[in-house]
Amino acid sequence: MSATVQAKPYVDGRDRGGAAQPMLIAKELQRHFKVKGAGKGAVVRAVDGVSFTLFKGETLGVVGESGCGKSTLARVLLHLVLPDSGDLVFDGDTVGETRGISVADLRRQVQMVFQDSYSSLNPRMPVQDSVAFGPMVNGKSKAESRRIAQDILVKVGLRPDLFGPRYPHELSGGQKQRVNIARALAVGPRMVILDEAVSALDKSVEAQVLNLLRELKRTLNLTYLFISHDLNVVRYISDRVLVMYLGQVVELGPAADVFAKARHPYTQALLGSRLSMDSSKRIESPPIVGDPPSPINPPSGCRFRTRCPHAEAVCEAEMPTLGQWEDRSSHVAACHMTNAQSGHSLAGTA
Amino acid sequence: MDGGMVAAAPLLEVEDLSVQFVTREATVNAVSGATFNLKAGEVLCLLGESGSGKSVTLRALMRLLPGRARVKGRVNVAGQDALALKGRALQSFRGGTVAMVFQEPMTALDPVYTIGQHLTEMIRRHKGVGRAEARAQAIELLNLVKIPSAERRIDAYPHELSGGLRQRAMIAIALSCGPKLLLADEPTTALDATVQIQVLILLRRLQQELGMGTIFVTHDLGVAAEIADRVAVMYAGRVIEEGPVADVLRRPAHPYTAGLMASTVHDQAPDQDIAAIPGSPPDLRRLPPGCSFAPRCSLAMPACRQGFPEPVFPAPGRMARCLRVADVLQQPVGVHA
Repeated sequence: MSATVQAKPYVDGRDRGGAAQPMLIAKELQRHFKVKGAGKGAVVRAVDGVSFTLFKGETLGVVGESGCGKSTLARVLLHLVLPDSGDLVFDGDTVGETRGISVADLRRQVQMVFQDSYSSLNPRMPVQDSVAFGPMVNGKSKAESRRIAQDILVKVGLRPDLFGPRYPHELSGGQKQRVNIARALAVGPRMVILDEAVSALDKSVEAQVLNLLRELKRTLNLTYLFISHDLNVVRYISDRVLVMYLGQVVELGPAADVFAKARHPYTQALLGSRLSMDSSKRIESPPIVGDPPSPINPPSGCRFRTRCPHAEAVCEAEMPTLGQWEDRSSHVAACHMTNAQSGHSLAGTA
Repeated sequence: MDGGMVAAAPLLEVEDLSVQFVTREATVNAVSGATFNLKAGEVLCLLGESGSGKSVTLRALMRLLPGRARVKGRVNVAGQDALALKGRALQSFRGGTVAMVFQEPMTALDPVYTIGQHLTEMIRRHKGVGRAEARAQAIELLNLVKIPSAERRIDAYPHELSGGLRQRAMIAIALSCGPKLLLADEPTTALDATVQIQVLILLRRLQQELGMGTIFVTHDLGVAAEIADRVAVMYAGRVIEEGPVADVLRRPAHPYTAGLMASTVHDQAPDQDIAAIPGSPPDLRRLPPGCSFAPRCSLAMPACRQGFPEPVFPAPGRMARCLRVADVLQQPVGVHA
């Protein structure tokens, strides 16, 4: 299937900055949510100072446990949830500023696929209308939108004559997720955010959809932000990986480096919790104990210190920073042990 | 009940179990002839994808299916005919002989009762002890499942506990009356990775210490590799392969098991497609004639569509329902047919 489809040299008129300019730069994004009944002024620090760069044509995997803010981050990137502070720069243009790019223009170029394939489709709309809806809203004629929908359905592996007239309840989970991918691609985005897009699927179907996503990325020249809690899937599909813990980035680097030699103790624990498929290699003791703490009142200093086997006084007193990173080969971690001057007894070893 | 005769027999025997859900529009064959058994102290993983009938099978064992479900076949638990139990006997069977851990602790626990109330209700109902004694036993159980500061947490409501602690509390409730058979329906699926491994290790340790037979339903090959002695792979309501966990995962005998392993993302090279199984599982309202996996199987031959293959036994302790077992066993591992 993949061998026959060759990636053509592709020039996108909307690509203003060229290949060297990042697709997306997030600077100190912050989003807190007020919570009632948890004390005065209590806030959930869902996204708390997240900065990263997404380069053109790459797949950036975002991993973390539930409540670490990965889905809120995805919504902030599309302004589905407005950030409290911080900047978002899309291909050189700041989002939402007078001289920058409008939110509507951003959403034409960045689309999202959600986890729940059923609830993200209109149950009363046939598949072909659902897919044609995006182009139509964006000013295409009805006939033109229909034609786009047919093309895209073919691309995601659904025969338009067979599946076009069907309603969502007549489709299997994998087919519904293909429709959601078609919907996202119908407006011709340059970047797609996949928020746990394969997590609800069975393994045999998940593999089909992952293959499809990789093929679409090649043929349509897409950039992916791939959010998942499944480390095996992230390792497989990502060029770089960003690890989140309680609203912050704790590690960022090329996937091969992060998985071969994780620098942050949390990443190490996550990797150590992966189940092997070999019953002779069972995990004898858990890498870390306890559950992630509540993001309402996160621990002072390093947020991971309450579960970290290497925590010391400095970890409580000071919040570690992610450190300097220059390009897509940089591998950084927000841990005092990575910084030789931090005062941690194991400083400079990680 | 614990006589010598019974101890020699398997703890659980399931023979030709079928469950149908009949509505006016259609008949759904959720389970169509599942057969397996379990020795005392053994861990069996029922492995399968959604709709394979694994959860329905588990509920049938504890008689938790709604009245409109048509259950046929034979289920024998510790010498009792589980499908014939009624009234009092059924009440003490549930919780006393067999106990279940559910996937979602937040929905399985009653939000208006404390963890302690859940536990003491079980203990007093089944063991007939007093309030104070039941509470003491409840604290002991919470310590057993490694809930920190059990004396304080016993008075917590489910929403006050984290996901991992809630699942530990549910395990404590299931263990409270010393069941001979523990049923666990995807007990770690809703948990985060770092918490999942903690709960898995806890369950494995408790199972070894208390020696109860355990059936563990999961869709995750990794979970099966961590905890199972034997696995039974289900597809479209039937057990299509069974055997010791190491043998099945190392050298699957059924094309579906082989395909499931090849399509599970696990250290594949990032520049290669994953060997996915084409198509999707059959519609349980209209099962194909013959082998239900045949429409997706690259090894299928005309004979596969005639009737469902009878069990074959390629090695001691191993079973597969496939006409081409010999061909599947010869394939290199991890390569989908």
